Amino acid sequence: MTHTVDPKLLEILVCPLTKGPLDYDAEAQELISRQAHLAYPIRDGIPIMLVDEARQIDD
Amino acid sequence: MSDSLSNASPEIFDRASLRRHRERAAAAIGEHDFLIREVAERLLDRLQDIRRRFPLALDLGCHHGVVAELLAGYPAGLGGIETLVQADLSPAMARLAAARAPSLVADEEALPFAEGSLDLVLSVLSLHWVNDLPGTLLQIARMLKPDGLFLAAMIGGESLKELRAALMQAESEVEGGVSPRVSPFADLRDLGGLLQRAGFALPVADMDSITVTYPTALKLMGDLRGMGESGADRNRRRGFSRRETLLRAAALYQERHADSEGRIPATFEILYLTGWTPHASQQRPLAPGSAQARLAEALDSAELPSGDKADPKR
Repeated sequence: MTHTVDPKLLEILVCPLTKGPLDYDAEAQELISRQAHLAYPIRDGIPIMLVDEARQIDD
Repeated sequence: MSDSLSNASPEIFDRASLRRHRERAAAAIGEHDFLIREVAERLLDRLQDIRRRFPLALDLGCHHGVVAELLAGYPAGLGGIETLVQADLSPAMARLAAARAPSLVADEEALPFAEGSLDLVLSVLSLHWVNDLPGTLLQIARMLKPDGLFLAAMIGGESLKELRAALMQAESEVEGGVSPRVSPFADLRDLGGLLQRAGFALPVADMDSITVTYPTALKLMGDLRGMGESGADRNRRRGFSRRETLLRAAALYQERHADSEGRIPATFEILYLTGWTPHASQQRPLAPGSAQARLAEALDSAELPSGDKADPKR
Protein backbone atom coordinates (compact mmCIF):
# COMPACT_ATOMS: atom_id res chain seq x y z
CA MET A 1 0.00 0.00 0.00
CA THR A 2 1.32 3.45 -0.82
CA HIS A 3 1.37 6.22 1.75
CA THR A 4 1.06 9.12 -0.62
CA VAL A 5 -2.30 10.21 -1.88
CA ASP A 6 -3.03 9.25 -5.48
CA PRO A 7 -2.76 12.29 -7.79
CA LYS A 8 -5.88 11.15 -9.61
CA LEU A 9 -7.86 11.63 -6.40
CA LEU A 10 -6.44 15.12 -5.84
CA GLU A 11 -7.74 16.13 -9.27
CA ILE A 12 -11.36 15.21 -8.58
CA LEU A 13 -11.89 15.84 -4.85
CA VAL A 14 -13.81 18.86 -3.55
CA CYS A 15 -15.06 19.85 -0.11
CA PRO A 16 -18.12 17.68 0.67
CA LEU A 17 -19.76 20.60 2.47
CA THR A 18 -19.27 23.47 0.01
CA LYS A 19 -18.25 21.49 -3.13
CA GLY A 20 -15.51 24.13 -3.36
CA PRO A 21 -11.84 23.52 -4.20
CA LEU A 22 -9.30 21.95 -1.84
CA ASP A 23 -5.66 22.83 -1.28
CA TYR A 24 -3.28 19.93 -0.74
CA ASP A 25 -0.90 20.43 2.16
CA ALA A 26 1.67 17.68 1.52
CA GLU A 27 3.59 18.46 4.71
CA ALA A 28 0.62 18.20 7.06
CA GLN A 29 -1.12 15.56 4.89
CA GLU A 30 -4.33 17.56 4.82
CA LEU A 31 -6.80 18.76 2.23
CA ILE A 32 -7.87 22.26 3.08
CA SER A 33 -11.22 23.81 2.28
CA ARG A 34 -10.77 27.58 2.67
CA GLN A 35 -14.48 28.21 2.20
CA ALA A 36 -15.54 25.82 4.95
CA HIS A 37 -12.50 26.53 7.19
CA LEU A 38 -11.92 22.81 7.43
CA ALA A 39 -8.86 20.62 6.98
CA TYR A 40 -9.55 17.03 5.97
CA PRO A 41 -6.87 14.57 7.12
CA ILE A 42 -5.09 12.11 4.82
CA ARG A 43 -4.18 8.93 6.70
CA ASP A 44 -1.92 6.34 5.04
CA GLY A 45 -2.64 7.97 1.69
CA ILE A 46 -6.41 7.78 2.23
CA PRO A 47 -8.27 11.11 2.28
CA ILE A 48 -10.90 11.15 5.04
CA MET A 49 -13.55 13.37 3.46
CA LEU A 50 -15.90 13.49 6.44
CA VAL A 51 -16.90 16.80 7.97
CA ASP A 52 -16.93 15.35 11.49
CA GLU A 53 -13.34 14.14 11.09
CA ALA A 54 -12.07 17.47 9.73
CA ARG A 55 -10.04 19.95 11.74
CA GLN A 56 -11.50 23.45 12.20
CA ILE A 57 -9.11 26.12 10.95
CA ASP A 58 -9.35 29.85 11.56
CA ASP A 59 -7.56 32.30 9.35
CA MET B 1 -23.71 17.97 9.81
CA SER B 2 -25.86 16.06 7.37
CA ASP B 3 -28.87 17.94 8.78
CA SER B 4 -27.62 21.13 7.18
CA LEU B 5 -27.23 19.47 3.79
CA SER B 6 -30.20 17.22 3.40
CA ASN B 7 -33.62 18.70 2.86
CA ALA B 8 -36.53 18.12 5.17
CA SER B 9 -36.60 14.34 4.72
CA PRO B 10 -36.56 12.54 8.05
CA GLU B 11 -33.39 10.75 9.09
CA ILE B 12 -34.32 7.10 9.12
CA PHE B 13 -30.84 5.65 9.32
CA ASP B 14 -28.19 6.30 11.89
CA ARG B 15 -25.11 6.77 9.70
CA ALA B 16 -22.77 6.70 12.71
CA SER B 17 -24.04 3.19 13.56
CA LEU B 18 -23.65 2.08 9.96
CA ARG B 19 -20.08 3.31 10.01
CA ARG B 20 -19.41 1.44 13.28
CA HIS B 21 -20.95 -1.73 11.85
CA ARG B 22 -18.71 -1.51 8.79
CA GLU B 23 -15.64 -0.71 10.88
CA ARG B 24 -16.29 -3.76 13.02
CA ALA B 25 -17.08 -5.99 10.04
CA ALA B 26 -13.95 -5.05 8.07
CA ALA B 27 -11.53 -7.46 9.77
CA ALA B 28 -13.41 -10.63 8.77
CA ILE B 29 -15.46 -9.32 5.84
CA GLY B 30 -13.91 -11.88 3.48
CA GLU B 31 -15.78 -14.65 5.30
CA HIS B 32 -19.17 -12.97 4.92
CA ASP B 33 -19.06 -11.18 1.59
CA PHE B 34 -20.93 -13.76 -0.50
CA LEU B 35 -23.86 -11.48 -1.29
CA ILE B 36 -21.69 -8.42 -2.03
CA ARG B 37 -19.57 -10.53 -4.39
CA GLU B 38 -22.57 -12.09 -6.15
CA VAL B 39 -24.25 -8.71 -6.70
CA ALA B 40 -20.99 -7.07 -7.82
CA GLU B 41 -20.63 -9.80 -10.45
CA ARG B 42 -24.19 -9.28 -11.65
CA LEU B 43 -23.65 -5.52 -11.85
CA LEU B 44 -20.41 -5.92 -13.81
CA ASP B 45 -22.22 -8.29 -16.19
CA ARG B 46 -24.62 -5.47 -16.95
CA LEU B 47 -21.73 -3.07 -17.45
CA GLN B 48 -20.10 -5.44 -19.89
CA ASP B 49 -23.19 -5.31 -22.09
CA ILE B 50 -22.62 -1.59 -22.59
CA ARG B 51 -20.13 -0.95 -25.36
CA ARG B 52 -18.52 2.20 -24.07
CA ARG B 53 -15.24 3.42 -22.61
CA PHE B 54 -15.27 4.78 -19.08
CA PRO B 55 -11.89 6.46 -18.46
CA LEU B 56 -12.60 7.24 -14.79
CA ALA B 57 -15.00 5.20 -12.67
CA LEU B 58 -15.97 5.40 -9.00
CA ASP B 59 -17.05 2.47 -6.83
CA LEU B 60 -19.26 4.24 -4.28
CA GLY B 61 -19.66 2.36 -1.00
CA CYS B 62 -16.89 -0.02 -2.04
CA HIS B 63 -16.74 -2.16 1.14
CA HIS B 64 -13.35 -3.92 1.05
CA GLY B 65 -12.91 -3.41 -2.70
CA VAL B 66 -14.81 -6.28 -4.32
CA VAL B 67 -15.34 -4.44 -7.62
CA ALA B 68 -11.63 -3.60 -7.87
CA GLU B 69 -10.80 -7.22 -7.12
CA LEU B 70 -13.16 -8.51 -9.82
CA LEU B 71 -11.79 -5.98 -12.33
CA ALA B 72 -8.26 -7.16 -11.58
CA GLY B 73 -9.29 -10.57 -12.92
CA TYR B 74 -9.64 -8.98 -16.36
CA PRO B 75 -6.18 -7.77 -17.41
CA ALA B 76 -7.60 -6.36 -20.65
CA GLY B 77 -10.08 -4.32 -18.63
CA LEU B 78 -13.74 -4.93 -18.05
CA GLY B 79 -16.71 -2.85 -19.01
CA GLY B 80 -14.47 -0.19 -20.56
CA ILE B 81 -13.13 0.99 -17.17
CA GLU B 82 -9.62 2.44 -17.40
CA THR B 83 -9.10 3.84 -13.90
CA LEU B 84 -11.13 2.97 -10.82
CA VAL B 85 -11.30 4.97 -7.61
CA GLN B 86 -13.16 3.78 -4.52
CA ALA B 87 -14.99 5.36 -1.60
CA ASP B 88 -16.49 3.96 1.59
CA LEU B 89 -17.95 5.47 4.74
CA SER B 90 -15.70 3.27 6.85
CA PRO B 91 -11.96 4.03 7.07
CA ALA B 92 -11.23 0.35 7.80
CA MET B 93 -13.01 -0.70 4.60
CA ALA B 94 -11.32 2.06 2.57
CA ARG B 95 -7.94 0.89 3.87
CA LEU B 96 -8.61 -2.69 2.73
CA ALA B 97 -9.85 -1.45 -0.64
CA ALA B 98 -6.71 0.68 -1.11
CA ALA B 99 -4.69 -2.49 -1.67
CA ARG B 100 -6.01 -2.61 -5.25
CA ALA B 101 -6.95 0.92 -6.31
CA PRO B 102 -6.96 4.45 -4.88
CA SER B 103 -9.58 4.86 -2.20
CA LEU B 104 -10.95 7.47 0.16
CA VAL B 105 -13.44 7.82 2.97
CA ALA B 106 -16.64 9.59 1.99
CA ASP B 107 -20.25 9.83 3.10
CA GLU B 108 -22.78 9.06 0.35
CA GLU B 109 -24.93 11.85 1.80
CA ALA B 110 -22.23 14.54 1.29
CA LEU B 111 -20.06 13.50 -1.61
CA PRO B 112 -16.63 15.10 -2.21
CA PHE B 113 -16.34 14.80 -6.01
CA ALA B 114 -16.04 17.73 -8.40
CA GLU B 115 -18.81 18.49 -10.87
CA GLY B 116 -18.37 16.57 -14.13
CA SER B 117 -15.32 14.67 -12.90
CA LEU B 118 -16.40 11.04 -13.45
CA ASP B 119 -17.47 8.88 -16.41
CA LEU B 120 -19.10 6.12 -14.39
CA VAL B 121 -20.42 5.69 -10.86
CA LEU B 122 -20.98 2.11 -9.68
CA SER B 123 -22.44 1.19 -6.32
CA VAL B 124 -22.92 -2.27 -4.85
CA LEU B 125 -25.18 -2.72 -1.81
CA SER B 126 -24.60 0.63 -0.14
CA LEU B 127 -27.27 3.10 -1.22
CA HIS B 128 -30.04 1.39 0.77
CA TRP B 129 -28.49 3.02 3.85
CA VAL B 130 -28.83 6.58 2.57
CA ASN B 131 -31.41 8.77 4.34
CA ASP B 132 -31.87 11.25 1.52
CA LEU B 133 -31.67 9.11 -1.62
CA PRO B 134 -33.03 11.90 -3.91
CA GLY B 135 -30.27 14.19 -2.59
CA THR B 136 -27.58 11.57 -3.14
CA LEU B 137 -28.82 10.87 -6.69
CA LEU B 138 -28.69 14.59 -7.47
CA GLN B 139 -25.10 14.75 -6.22
CA ILE B 140 -24.15 11.72 -8.32
CA ALA B 141 -25.75 13.22 -11.43
CA ARG B 142 -23.65 16.35 -10.91
CA MET B 143 -20.42 14.40 -10.39
CA LEU B 144 -20.82 12.67 -13.74
CA LYS B 145 -19.72 14.05 -17.09
CA PRO B 146 -22.38 14.42 -19.80
CA ASP B 147 -23.30 10.97 -21.14
CA GLY B 148 -21.91 9.47 -17.92
CA LEU B 149 -23.41 6.31 -16.47
CA PHE B 150 -24.78 5.57 -13.02
CA LEU B 151 -25.22 1.88 -12.29
CA ALA B 152 -26.16 0.75 -8.79
CA ALA B 153 -27.55 -2.22 -6.91
CA MET B 154 -29.22 -1.95 -3.53
CA ILE B 155 -31.17 -4.19 -1.20
CA GLY B 156 -34.92 -3.86 -1.78
CA GLY B 157 -38.06 -3.83 0.36
CA GLU B 158 -39.04 -7.46 -0.11
CA SER B 159 -35.76 -8.74 1.32
CA LEU B 160 -35.56 -10.94 4.42
CA LYS B 161 -39.30 -11.06 4.96
CA GLU B 162 -39.02 -14.41 6.74
CA LEU B 163 -36.40 -13.09 9.13
CA ARG B 164 -38.35 -9.96 9.90
CA ALA B 165 -41.50 -11.90 10.71
CA ALA B 166 -39.61 -14.36 12.94
CA LEU B 167 -37.76 -11.61 14.82
CA MET B 168 -40.90 -9.60 15.35
CA GLN B 169 -42.83 -12.51 16.78
CA ALA B 170 -39.92 -13.66 18.95
CA GLU B 171 -39.43 -10.21 20.33
CA SER B 172 -43.03 -9.69 21.26
CA GLU B 173 -43.13 -13.14 22.90
CA VAL B 174 -39.88 -12.77 24.83
CA GLU B 175 -39.61 -9.05 25.49
CA GLY B 176 -43.23 -7.99 25.29
CA GLY B 177 -42.65 -5.32 22.63
CA VAL B 178 -41.39 -4.85 19.10
CA SER B 179 -38.73 -2.59 17.63
CA PRO B 180 -37.37 -2.62 14.09
CA ARG B 181 -34.40 -4.98 13.67
CA VAL B 182 -34.03 -5.22 9.94
CA SER B 183 -33.94 -1.91 8.15
CA PRO B 184 -36.73 -0.61 5.93
CA PHE B 185 -35.72 -0.66 2.28
CA ALA B 186 -36.63 1.32 -0.82
CA ASP B 187 -39.43 0.32 -3.13
CA LEU B 188 -38.91 -0.43 -6.81
CA ARG B 189 -41.88 1.70 -7.84
CA ASP B 190 -40.32 4.87 -6.40
CA LEU B 191 -36.90 4.50 -7.95
CA GLY B 192 -37.49 5.24 -11.65
CA GLY B 193 -39.13 8.52 -10.70
CA LEU B 194 -36.31 9.40 -8.33
CA LEU B 195 -33.74 8.85 -11.08
CA GLN B 196 -35.71 11.05 -13.43
CA ARG B 197 -36.10 13.81 -10.85
CA ALA B 198 -32.35 13.73 -10.25
CA GLY B 199 -31.90 14.57 -13.95
CA PHE B 200 -30.93 11.15 -15.31
CA ALA B 201 -31.92 10.32 -18.88
CA LEU B 202 -33.04 6.84 -19.95
CA PRO B 203 -33.70 5.82 -16.32
CA VAL B 204 -34.30 2.15 -15.60
CA ALA B 205 -35.12 0.52 -12.26
CA ASP B 206 -35.53 -3.25 -12.13
CA MET B 207 -35.00 -6.09 -9.72
CA ASP B 208 -34.00 -9.67 -9.30
CA SER B 209 -33.84 -11.85 -6.26
CA ILE B 210 -31.16 -14.03 -4.74
CA THR B 211 -32.02 -16.88 -2.41
CA VAL B 212 -29.30 -18.06 -0.09
CA THR B 213 -29.70 -21.11 2.12
CA TYR B 214 -28.27 -21.25 5.62
CA PRO B 215 -27.99 -24.05 8.17
CA THR B 216 -29.69 -21.85 10.78
CA ALA B 217 -31.16 -18.37 11.13
CA LEU B 218 -28.39 -17.56 13.63
CA LYS B 219 -25.86 -18.16 10.85
CA LEU B 220 -27.86 -15.82 8.59
CA MET B 221 -27.88 -13.11 11.28
CA GLY B 222 -24.16 -13.65 11.77
CA ASP B 223 -23.57 -13.17 8.05
CA LEU B 224 -25.58 -9.94 8.00
CA ARG B 225 -23.51 -8.62 10.88
CA GLY B 226 -20.37 -9.87 9.17
CA MET B 227 -21.20 -7.79 6.08
CA GLY B 228 -21.78 -4.72 8.27
CA GLU B 229 -25.50 -4.91 7.49
CA SER B 230 -26.94 -4.97 11.00
CA GLY B 231 -29.97 -2.71 11.41
CA ALA B 232 -29.17 0.99 11.74
CA ASP B 233 -32.63 2.53 12.00
CA ARG B 234 -32.68 5.56 14.20
CA ASN B 235 -35.73 4.41 16.12
CA ARG B 236 -34.60 0.86 16.77
CA ARG B 237 -34.23 -0.36 20.30
CA ARG B 238 -30.73 0.41 21.56
CA GLY B 239 -28.39 -2.25 22.82
CA PHE B 240 -28.07 -5.84 21.82
CA SER B 241 -30.95 -8.17 21.16
CA ARG B 242 -31.45 -10.58 24.01
CA ARG B 243 -29.91 -13.95 23.29
CA GLU B 244 -33.22 -15.56 24.19
CA THR B 245 -35.03 -13.47 21.56
CA LEU B 246 -32.58 -14.41 18.83
CA LEU B 247 -32.78 -18.10 19.71
CA ARG B 248 -36.57 -17.98 19.67
CA ALA B 249 -36.52 -16.19 16.29
CA ALA B 250 -34.15 -18.82 14.92
CA ALA B 251 -36.48 -21.58 16.14
CA LEU B 252 -39.53 -19.90 14.58
CA TYR B 253 -37.66 -19.41 11.30
CA GLN B 254 -36.64 -23.07 11.31
CA GLU B 255 -40.16 -24.25 12.10
CA ARG B 256 -41.75 -22.23 9.31
CA HIS B 257 -39.24 -22.39 6.49
CA ALA B 258 -36.77 -25.28 6.88
CA ASP B 259 -36.42 -27.62 3.88
CA SER B 260 -36.19 -31.41 4.14
CA GLU B 261 -32.51 -31.16 5.13
CA GLY B 262 -33.26 -28.58 7.79
CA ARG B 263 -31.69 -25.69 5.90
CA ILE B 264 -33.48 -22.36 5.76
CA PRO B 265 -33.79 -20.02 2.77
CA ALA B 266 -33.26 -16.26 2.97
CA THR B 267 -34.40 -14.19 0.03
CA PHE B 268 -32.78 -10.90 -0.90
CA GLU B 269 -34.46 -8.63 -3.40
CA ILE B 270 -31.84 -6.66 -5.31
CA LEU B 271 -32.89 -3.39 -6.94
CA TYR B 272 -30.85 -2.15 -9.89
CA LEU B 273 -30.73 1.50 -10.93
CA THR B 274 -29.43 2.68 -14.29
CA GLY B 275 -29.33 6.25 -15.55
CA TRP B 276 -27.32 8.38 -17.96
CA THR B 277 -26.49 12.02 -17.60
CA PRO B 278 -28.12 13.81 -20.55
CA HIS B 279 -26.24 14.25 -23.81
CA ALA B 280 -27.29 15.33 -27.31
CA SER B 281 -26.38 11.90 -28.76
CA GLN B 282 -29.02 10.08 -26.70
CA GLN B 283 -32.37 8.95 -28.04
CA ARG B 284 -35.13 11.40 -27.18
CA PRO B 285 -38.81 11.73 -27.98
CA LEU B 286 -39.56 14.13 -30.87
CA ALA B 287 -41.18 17.46 -30.07
CA PRO B 288 -45.00 17.33 -30.22
CA GLY B 289 -46.29 18.40 -33.64
CA SER B 290 -43.05 17.52 -35.46
CA ALA B 291 -44.46 14.39 -37.18
CA GLN B 292 -43.68 14.01 -40.91
CA ALA B 293 -46.57 11.66 -41.73
CA ARG B 294 -50.18 11.38 -40.68
CA LEU B 295 -51.17 8.51 -38.44
CA ALA B 296 -54.55 8.33 -40.22
CA GLU B 297 -52.80 7.71 -43.56
CA ALA B 298 -50.71 4.93 -42.11
CA LEU B 299 -53.87 3.34 -40.73
CA ASP B 300 -55.81 4.04 -43.92
CA SER B 301 -58.67 5.63 -42.01
CA ALA B 302 -60.33 9.03 -41.83
CA GLU B 303 -58.85 11.65 -39.51
CA LEU B 304 -61.32 13.01 -36.94
CA PRO B 305 -60.94 16.33 -35.15
CA SER B 306 -59.84 15.79 -31.57
CA GLY B 307 -62.73 15.71 -29.17
CA ASP B 308 -65.05 13.83 -31.56
CA LYS B 309 -65.92 10.28 -30.62
CA ALA B 310 -64.94 7.69 -33.16
CA ASP B 311 -68.02 6.23 -34.81
CA PRO B 312 -67.62 2.48 -35.23
CA LYS B 313 -70.50 2.34 -37.76
CA ARG B 314 -68.71 4.60 -40.23
